[in-house]
Amino acid sequence: MSIGEYIRESQVWKSIFRHPAPYDRRNRIVVMLTNFFLHLHPVSIKQQGIALSYTWCMGGITFFLFLVETITGVLLMFYYRPTLEWAFRDILSLRDVQTLGIMREIHRWGAHAMVITVWLHMYRVFLTGSYKPPREFNWVVGVILLVLTLLLSFTGYLLPWDQLAIWAITVGSNMAKATPFLGSEGPGYQLLNVGNYPLITPISDARFLLLGARNVGEETLNRFYILHCVAIPLVVATLIAIHFWRVRKDGGISQPL
Amino acid sequence: MLDTHPDLTSDVIFGLGWLYTILFLMNIGWTLRAYNLKLENKFLSGLAGSHIPSASVWAIYSGVLMMTALAHFTGSSSPESFVVRMPGFLKAGVDWFADPVRYFCLSIGLFVGVVMLRKQLVKPTVAWSLLNLSILFLGLSMTDYDFRLIVGKPDNVPIVGMLFILAFFTWLYFKRAVDNDQRIKDGRPLFEQEKNDKILVWPDLVYSELICMIALTAFLVLWGIALQAPLEEAANAAATPNPSKAPWYFLGLQEMLVYFDPWLAGVVLPSLILVGLAVIPYIDFNKRGNGYYSYEERKFAVLTFLFGFLPLWVAMIVLGTFLRGPNWNVFGIYEYWDVHKLEAANNKNLSDFFWLYWPTGEMLGGMPKYNPQGSAAEMVIAILVREWLGIVLVLGYFMVSPIIMALTVFRKFYVKMGFIRYMIMANLLLWMAALPIKMVLRWTVSLKYIVAIPEYFFNI
Repeated sequence: MSIGEYIRESQVWKSIFRHPAPYDRRNRIVVMLTNFFLHLHPVSIKQQGIALSYTWCMGGITFFLFLVETITGVLLMFYYRPTLEWAFRDILSLRDVQTLGIMREIHRWGAHAMVITVWLHMYRVFLTGSYKPPREFNWVVGVILLVLTLLLSFTGYLLPWDQLAIWAITVGSNMAKATPFLGSEGPGYQLLNVGNYPLITPISDARFLLLGARNVGEETLNRFYILHCVAIPLVVATLIAIHFWRVRKDGGISQPL
Repeated sequence: MLDTHPDLTSDVIFGLGWLYTILFLMNIGWTLRAYNLKLENKFLSGLAGSHIPSASVWAIYSGVLMMTALAHFTGSSSPESFVVRMPGFLKAGVDWFADPVRYFCLSIGLFVGVVMLRKQLVKPTVAWSLLNLSILFLGLSMTDYDFRLIVGKPDNVPIVGMLFILAFFTWLYFKRAVDNDQRIKDGRPLFEQEKNDKILVWPDLVYSELICMIALTAFLVLWGIALQAPLEEAANAAATPNPSKAPWYFLGLQEMLVYFDPWLAGVVLPSLILVGLAVIPYIDFNKRGNGYYSYEERKFAVLTFLFGFLPLWVAMIVLGTFLRGPNWNVFGIYEYWDVHKLEAANNKNLSDFFWLYWPTGEMLGGMPKYNPQGSAAEMVIAILVREWLGIVLVLGYFMVSPIIMALTVFRKFYVKMGFIRYMIMANLLLWMAALPIKMVLRWTVSLKYIVAIPEYFFNI
């Protein structure tokens, strides 16, 4: 008995994988049904449905990049403190000192790549008409995921706390000031009053809600950090699960009817 | 004298040598393909009156590339006298497009050209030649200091990559769509229906996924090693950079700020883009083209989407990223970012035209004014009188034109979609068209706002 066979016959191995190795047709089916990670897939699939020239693989790559961002992001959190005193210095030290400093490069380039692959995924789904019935709702989930991807990237842009970061966020968040009714420089904000007391002011408008302050400052850093590392990823993970579930429930990958 | 902004340095020449080497190897591969397929160069054969194989033409081109690469490797020690660089007249020609009007016309022209010439573009030789041209353009452009400065910015590198990838996938789409359109015309089965047996996910799909993940990881690590993530000086709220740019994927929105107030460009239009994307499945009543690539079967949907994505979104990001410089002025890709470049901005509101420039103003007794200390009602009435023409035009645009379109160009759509669906689609289309319309009005008659009510931050 070889070592490999010995391991595969052991009680420990069999308790983890409840079937023989997927060498024959039966076990290739069973493996897809009994493995938690693999059961996202169907057991069998149409050949053209997985052809690269049809799918472009962009949805899968986006999901993979989300996993890369999660892993590198968690590692970066060990080295990074979201405070005015430390944020920039911690990034400097990631660049110049820390062994795992390349995680920041991978995280940033992965983020850019993810924005691009989300667009390309959407491009492909549109061009193959895959949003048409019965997949309408999954397209809507996808649009929400697109927004959240952009927000993830946007909130992460601030964290290095360098000139590039705070001014990009300043430019972006200035827009919130102009929100109709809810921004202190938006049309119609004067209409929201209680008697003579204005409800919408620079310290109570949409921009203030976003930044936690009148300008991009420590409160903003904290707010964006939590949004970037906890709040948005949780929502995204949930929606990804729904997105995948609906791909299966709506008839698998799209095909000519 | 030491040139602080050298167009060429030894490192640049050496790096370009590698670029041409890669291009040379790519074209060797292409030559072999032409040789194996025994392709004939019809154009040259016609000229010479005898059989000229395609492979020999590509071989000669590859040889030129190889010599170019060698010249770069051997000539890198004396950058001042190195001759392979972007000619001045080409730079001037490209920079001529560094103007919002010409740039926008160029992107629309390219868009129309791609759609019209799709059957020619999908030919492998045409596509390969275009790829070669764009890489040569990039390589030659790298011999310019200012081009390197803007394209070599770490956060801009992904955008250059995106342009190539996007061009490739757009090409791939048209290739498959043109093929399927022909198949439908001939009554043959679709490409997606041929060789379409059921196969097991293990091993065919899971192994592709594994390979893909490994390749991507390697790609990201190499990218991370080759290019350091940007990090500028520590944040300083007192030092505003000029220009201040949003993250690159929002630069299309920032570009809209030139033509619209923030409440429209930054809030309403982005929201409408997302709403418009989300409602696509509910307003597209066309049952055909579901699950395969096609163009002829769903022209309207594809053209609308491509128009919104390519000229209005991606081209605007390119404009914002590579061409917008200090004071949000437009600079050519080979142009020095001069902070003191002046552009006359002399835009007028529609109410200015009506009350101050056209004879109507004099006839009606000049622009209505109100007493700032007076009652609110008095002010509102004065504003409404002042802006009446713009308000009527905007209301007409969004309320009357859908009806006119329903009676004319969109008659069939209206019948098939019903009132609510049709109104949603028509209004979304009108919002999308609002941007090019406002652009044209700005360029032709220097129009600032159609409705200008700065008292309430309500400018359209």
